[in-house]
Amino acid sequence: MQTTFIILILLLGFLITFQIAKASEYVAVMRGEEKSRKQNNRINGFLLLVFLILGLIGVYYNNEKLGGKILQFGSAASDHGHDVDNMMKITLIITGIVFVITQFILFFFAYKYQESDKRKAYYYPHNNKLEVLWTAVPAIVLTVMVGFGLFYWFRITGEAPENAMQVEVTGSQFKWEFRYPGKDKVIGKKFYRAIDEGANNPLGQLWEDSTNKDDIYVPPGDPMHLVVNKPVKLIINSKDVIHDVGLAHFRLKMDAVPGTPTTMWFTPIKTTMQMMQETGDPDFVYEISCDQLCGQGHFGMRGRIIVESQEEFDLWMAKQKPKFYLAHPALDPDAPKKDSTDNKLAAATPQLRQ
Amino acid sequence: MSNDANMHGHAGVITHHEVHYDEHHVHHHKETFITKYVFSQDHKTIGKQFLITGIIWAIIGGLFSVLFRLQLGFPEQTFPILETFFGKWAKGGVIQPEFYYALVTIHGTVLVFFVLTAGLSGTFANLLIPLQIGARDMASPFLNMLSYWFFFIASVIMFSSLFVHTGPASGGWTSYPPLSALHQAGQGSKIGMDLWLVSMAMFIVSSLLGGLNYIATILNMRTKGMSMTRMPLTMWAILFTAILGVLSFPVLLSGAILLLFDRNLGTSFYLSDIYVAGQILPNEGGSAILFQHLFWFFGHPEVYIILLPAMGMVSEILSVNSRKPIFGYMAMVGSLFAICILAFLVWAHHMFVTGLNPFLGAFFVLLTLLIAVPSAIKVFNWLTTLWRGNIRFTPATLFAIGFVSLFISGGLTGLFLGNSTIDIHLHDTKFVVAHFHIVMGVASMFGMFAGIYQWFPKMFGRFLNHTLGYIHFWVTMVGAYLIFWPMHYEGLAGVPRRYLDLRDWHSFNKFDDLNKMITVVSIIVFAVQLMFVFNFFYSIFKGRKVRTQNPWGSNTLEWTTPINPGHGNWPGEIPEVHRWAYDYAKDGREFIPQAEPVGANESKDH
Ligand code: HEM
Ligand SMILES: [Cu+2]
Ligand SMILES: [Cu+2]
Repeated sequence: MQTTFIILILLLGFLITFQIAKASEYVAVMRGEEKSRKQNNRINGFLLLVFLILGLIGVYYNNEKLGGKILQFGSAASDHGHDVDNMMKITLIITGIVFVITQFILFFFAYKYQESDKRKAYYYPHNNKLEVLWTAVPAIVLTVMVGFGLFYWFRITGEAPENAMQVEVTGSQFKWEFRYPGKDKVIGKKFYRAIDEGANNPLGQLWEDSTNKDDIYVPPGDPMHLVVNKPVKLIINSKDVIHDVGLAHFRLKMDAVPGTPTTMWFTPIKTTMQMMQETGDPDFVYEISCDQLCGQGHFGMRGRIIVESQEEFDLWMAKQKPKFYLAHPALDPDAPKKDSTDNKLAAATPQLRQ
Repeated sequence: MSNDANMHGHAGVITHHEVHYDEHHVHHHKETFITKYVFSQDHKTIGKQFLITGIIWAIIGGLFSVLFRLQLGFPEQTFPILETFFGKWAKGGVIQPEFYYALVTIHGTVLVFFVLTAGLSGTFANLLIPLQIGARDMASPFLNMLSYWFFFIASVIMFSSLFVHTGPASGGWTSYPPLSALHQAGQGSKIGMDLWLVSMAMFIVSSLLGGLNYIATILNMRTKGMSMTRMPLTMWAILFTAILGVLSFPVLLSGAILLLFDRNLGTSFYLSDIYVAGQILPNEGGSAILFQHLFWFFGHPEVYIILLPAMGMVSEILSVNSRKPIFGYMAMVGSLFAICILAFLVWAHHMFVTGLNPFLGAFFVLLTLLIAVPSAIKVFNWLTTLWRGNIRFTPATLFAIGFVSLFISGGLTGLFLGNSTIDIHLHDTKFVVAHFHIVMGVASMFGMFAGIYQWFPKMFGRFLNHTLGYIHFWVTMVGAYLIFWPMHYEGLAGVPRRYLDLRDWHSFNKFDDLNKMITVVSIIVFAVQLMFVFNFFYSIFKGRKVRTQNPWGSNTLEWTTPINPGHGNWPGEIPEVHRWAYDYAKDGREFIPQAEPVGANESKDH
């Protein structure tokens, strides 16, 4: 009903516009085409000036309305995020100046040099000096931008520090799973053909690799835990299609590509608690958004991160049970013992491989 | 036949008939409806065929964008009417995710390829090349006709994919594998994806046939005196566009064929280590990123394939209507050339966060930002062209000025994205959507509108209604900025693109009002485009008649043909050219057409 109504209104508006437009053509013929063309010229010249002024006001107004909703400079929650913000600031200042000057010139010239009987156009086909000038100046400015950009870029993409903790991130339609290396600090080997969700092995960990035995698995829906001020290196991969680990508050992102693991490291510098205070939002949460179209559930592929102190992290970690024991409950030292567990494992392992 | 009548009507101004003309004259009498309007080999008719097919696709693509904007602006609302039309795709009046992604994918594909490549280059290359260089037709009118009909086949296949049971392709216009390669990965990765790929293959054939023809014609068939540096900038732009297309489309074709193999023949070009929908796939050793290299090696030149013809037409239109030569003609040609070369060297700026080697990435940053230099030259030259002009604001002029404004805005946001440091944050957010819609989508659309308003009189012998044209311009201009300017802010907040519902996201769930506003404006802007389409078809039959041969007082050769030129364009000899295309305001004369010999006392400048 509503839709029909809107369509009717649009149609009516259109009919009226069309009638006016047609009438204006007749009027033009009656009053002399040249005269009405000149009048149109004045109107449009004036409108161009109005557009310039209202446009610049609009840019300002828009910034007032929305400026508070974007991620503020200096609010980045990671060290690399600050580099990104700095580069953004430099670029914003340079492009902002160019934007205002060029748009002003464009619309102002259009207004000022609108057709007039008093003026003759000026034959001005070229001027080498000017052209060299506006080749050289942009080139210099861009060199500066490239210089800063690459300085930050190499800092962000350089090698992770030795003491960085590692977390493996695995994307799949439409969820995130995480894995921690456990006490040995080594993430165990995995192979996609070993994936067996029925046997509690959603990542395809190879159980005969002993470094796998203490690896901690965080199931979909549960948050990743990170330690504040401690560098972390994410090892990112995907089981099915390309996903992307998007971390807006850390200003970072990296694709998750099946078959080709990628990495990204950073140092979180604000705990979740700190962010709650800073933003005044008691529900604040670091979110992982999938930033690469991955199918119909793409827009809901959400993960969470909790950044906390080392103590809190250790407490959480102590409560985790290695996935190995979940996959082999019989081997779990905490579980009630049953007989002939060793045989069971011996029987199970060859099947898991391949 | 009306064409003949016209030719004879103008025969008075022509001194002698050429053999050529008589040959064509004979042809005319054999023409049937089919050969004249359907399987026509006349470049002007083929241009119109491209244009009208493009307009139809633009309506479909635009309508799709309105539909998915409804979802973005009003995610909590139901629209029962949608269920009436689309059935299960809009169950309960809610746009389903599969449907949403299908709409975005087809919107992108159709607008990029069918409207802004075929509809823009196809129309104006065909219409203008022979007319502006002084040729009777293309180098090969037959291949030219095939070019349109391959486009037509591509269109039919793409259109039919909308009706298959599992829906059309829905992996985005870039259709990255493995999503696009695995049938199990979603509805849109089933038969719809195969149809998409086959349609693209046909489209590529069409582009190659067209492009080779444009290059051959411009290089070989210029009339006497039309040296390369006397050509209007439209011709240079179209020449570079065609070169870009001929060198880059085959790469996309290879990428698409490998993808078809992976989908249907069990190869592993793009596939490795995949566990999908509970299944372990046998493929090992492929690279999903390979496709992105192939796609963007084509894809970045493609964005310039879309932009350059618009730049060429804008240069021409601004000069004609400022009644002043284009400023820095050689710099304009040189910057087109530089853009053309650089366009092939920047593709990996779409892939900074795919795990690309950072050292390699650095070169792509450098080369990408380098493109801003020729872009800046063009902008400053356009601005100087306006300076001390005597500007007539026809609808074409206004759209050309709008183009420059949009190109500045969108080019500047390119400097954010081209800098890999910032791109880490902004990649695949709404910021990218805003960037490329302003700089490519809307700007090239403006170039196309400018071209249509300018050359409609040449195409149909009538004018478009200018009052509707002014309304069209102002609503579109204001609307485009209202839609895409604030969208940058969403991107700066990190909102990813291709999200159809932000309500569950704590970080992004704050742009409700904005998204409603954008949707409402989109609907208005879409309605005004329909008004333009109405104006277009109405004016073909009922528009004000063109009564003078050269209504804009333009120097170029197309305005020396009869008002309704027949096949062969000039009834008599093809005029000889004596000067460049931009002698406006020279020696106190308002304009001096290219065909006019240089006077004895004429000043030498240029
Ligand atoms: C100064 C000039 C420009 C620079 C530095 C630039 C840079 C970039 C970069 C780096 C991206 C990738 C962003 C990302 O996905 O993260 C991008 C996207 C894009 N640019 Fe530009 N750009 C410029 C001008 C243009 C022009 C003139 C066009 C078209 C005519 C254009 C069309 C596009 C398109 C279509 C995309 C998005 C493709 C997609 O992901 O769907 N850009 N641009
Ligand atoms: Cu995903
Ligand atoms: Cu690009």
